[in-house]
Amino acid sequence: MKRRARFDWLLLAVFVLAGPAGAADVPGKIGKSASTADHGKFKELQGPFASGPEVTRACLTCHTEAAKQLHKTTHWTWDYYNQATQQTLGKRTVINNFCVAVSTNWPRCTSCHIGYGWKDDKFDLASEQNVDCVVCHETTGTYKKFPAGAGHPVYEEKEFPPGSGKKWVPPDLAKVAQSVGKTSRRNCGACHFYGGGGDAVKHGDLDSTMASPDKALDVHMDAKGLNFSCSDCHTAGGHEVTGSRYATKAVDKNGIDVPGRTDDTRATCESCHGMTPHAKDAKLNDHTDRVACTTCHVPEFARGGRPTKMLWDWSTAGKLNDKGKPVVKKTADGKEVAYDGMKGDFRWEENVVPEYRWFNGEIKYTLMGEKIDDSGVVPINRLGGSAADKDSRIWPFKVMQGRQPYDKQHKILSVPHVFGQDDTAFWKHYDWPKAIKTGMESVGQTFSGEYGFIDTEYYWPILHMVAPKEKALGCDSCHAREGRLAKVGGFYMPGRDHFAWLDKLGWLAVVLTLAGVVVHGLLRLVLSSRKG
Amino acid sequence: MKTALVFSRFERFWHWAQAVLIIGLMITGFEVHGTYELLGFEQASSVHTWLAWTLIVLWVFAIFWHFTTGQWRQYIPTGENLVAVVRYYTVGIFQKDIPHPYKKTVRAKHNPLQRLAYLGFKLLISPLIWATGLLYVYYNDWPSLGLGALSLGTVAFLHTLAAFMMLVFFIGHVYMAAFTGHPWYSYLKGMVTGYEEVEE
Repeated sequence: MKRRARFDWLLLAVFVLAGPAGAADVPGKIGKSASTADHGKFKELQGPFASGPEVTRACLTCHTEAAKQLHKTTHWTWDYYNQATQQTLGKRTVINNFCVAVSTNWPRCTSCHIGYGWKDDKFDLASEQNVDCVVCHETTGTYKKFPAGAGHPVYEEKEFPPGSGKKWVPPDLAKVAQSVGKTSRRNCGACHFYGGGGDAVKHGDLDSTMASPDKALDVHMDAKGLNFSCSDCHTAGGHEVTGSRYATKAVDKNGIDVPGRTDDTRATCESCHGMTPHAKDAKLNDHTDRVACTTCHVPEFARGGRPTKMLWDWSTAGKLNDKGKPVVKKTADGKEVAYDGMKGDFRWEENVVPEYRWFNGEIKYTLMGEKIDDSGVVPINRLGGSAADKDSRIWPFKVMQGRQPYDKQHKILSVPHVFGQDDTAFWKHYDWPKAIKTGMESVGQTFSGEYGFIDTEYYWPILHMVAPKEKALGCDSCHAREGRLAKVGGFYMPGRDHFAWLDKLGWLAVVLTLAGVVVHGLLRLVLSSRKG
Repeated sequence: MKTALVFSRFERFWHWAQAVLIIGLMITGFEVHGTYELLGFEQASSVHTWLAWTLIVLWVFAIFWHFTTGQWRQYIPTGENLVAVVRYYTVGIFQKDIPHPYKKTVRAKHNPLQRLAYLGFKLLISPLIWATGLLYVYYNDWPSLGLGALSLGTVAFLHTLAAFMMLVFFIGHVYMAAFTGHPWYSYLKGMVTGYEEVEE
């Protein structure tokens, strides 16, 4: 009673303090915070700036610790040590089944690095001026890293891809620098929507349609609704952004994050919604001990209208037309590239139903130089977890299929040298042995001389593109003989599972009983009528 | 012979309400089991659960009624006349003018075969289906109830087994109780009106 009364007083106080203007608002609600600094008025940012690093030097005159902070992050180092699996990961190290590997292809790959000038393996990771502040913080939308520029934007007009007629115009760096603010979906998306070399290629649940999504595509990011930015969930302290895929949390038992009591990260659903989020139907809460939120709440990925790449077959790459240029074929609808002489065959899919697996957050990669079993499909990564493991949940995944070069004698995935103007780059000469040799030697391996192509698969946890609750999966999607979880084993699920022999015996007993009473009844009928 | 009230108003209400609930439970139950699709799993399981709770409430009243009225004695098994009754249903019933060997009274209204069948229903099938059904409903609380070692598969197996037993009982009971009187519907009529011909 006392507490209630105190609360009322507090409410009253809020109303009084908020005054007439705030009276219509929800008590205590604040608008989007506006910065107390107008960077356009800072003399350090008046320019002109000739290069990105010059802008960074200006930023660092006030933000003295920013570069040092970034130097410690995966965004900068492309290097990550996973304590649980004891594997060294990061873009520098892992092999994937998209563009395969970074080594020897630096300037192309590092066009998505938050730095300037990582053009080979001699990049100075201690350089402060080479941290790119504006790619994450500019708000003009005019600043773009050049696809083959090792992280730099263009400083003079260029065409890319060569011969495409697509002009890259140098940004006004002073304007860009003065525009800085909080990171937006577009800032993060500049790289994360285009992973794997193009829009929607990699994740399946992150593509350019997420820059300004409607409610149906993402209930939180809905530009006309909640309008979340990436950082609303991927909270950052000292520039360290939470929620890395390298160390996925399959379940966040901290539940709702209260400042000071928990880890202050909001990169899980549970951080805001807790472990029992369904207010109306308690039975749904009974599922959170075994099913990840996104399993039901992201019913399909690639829903925004951009198909995602589901297969990349390098083995067919290298077809050239009579002019010596790589052959390019479009998909039937003309929207995507189905074959590219530089890269091979692709398969694209939209509105994809995920695949479901037990997952405890542990992802183990097949590392560079690790022996592979080439008798079957080679996993790029393996998921930890099982039905028996209480910390595992059933999770949705995009399973990227690849066919990529490997060293047939050493039985290791190869690191092909793809990009460059030198004698061995695959995109220059289309000669696999040369490209593989250079690539492998760059990481200290020797190429046996014999190569082949191996089928691979790569699991991507699906967690963005959260649908409004009306569009979440219903019970029937899984609780059915051939439902979405038909292949997920290790447990009994009502509606899906049954004991075949019990059913057979049961129905036999039912049929016999039925036959018994029918025969009994008919006999009585026949016998009584005969005598009657 | 005389006509007397054999099934009181509550007993008839209990019987028919239970009949409707069990039919509903079987229809939705076998859908939840995945045998066919009618309402969809979501609807079927929700209806199934509500019907089950309703039946449980009904049973609480029925058990109370059985004990306060002493009607539970109607189900005490007896071997007396059992063979004769079995012989009647397997042989005598097909012949003309063979009377039912059991003489029904208000205090002993069930023949020995009925007593066995209903006792089996009350002490075997129903408890099994209830216990497993309740465990099913409270699946998520097993660890806190100290039942962590139980597997859902086992519970589901026993629940399905009990469901088949229930269906077999149901078919047999409907035939015996609705079609084997003189005239054929006389038992059915008794269960509706409450009145039957009994010994003096």
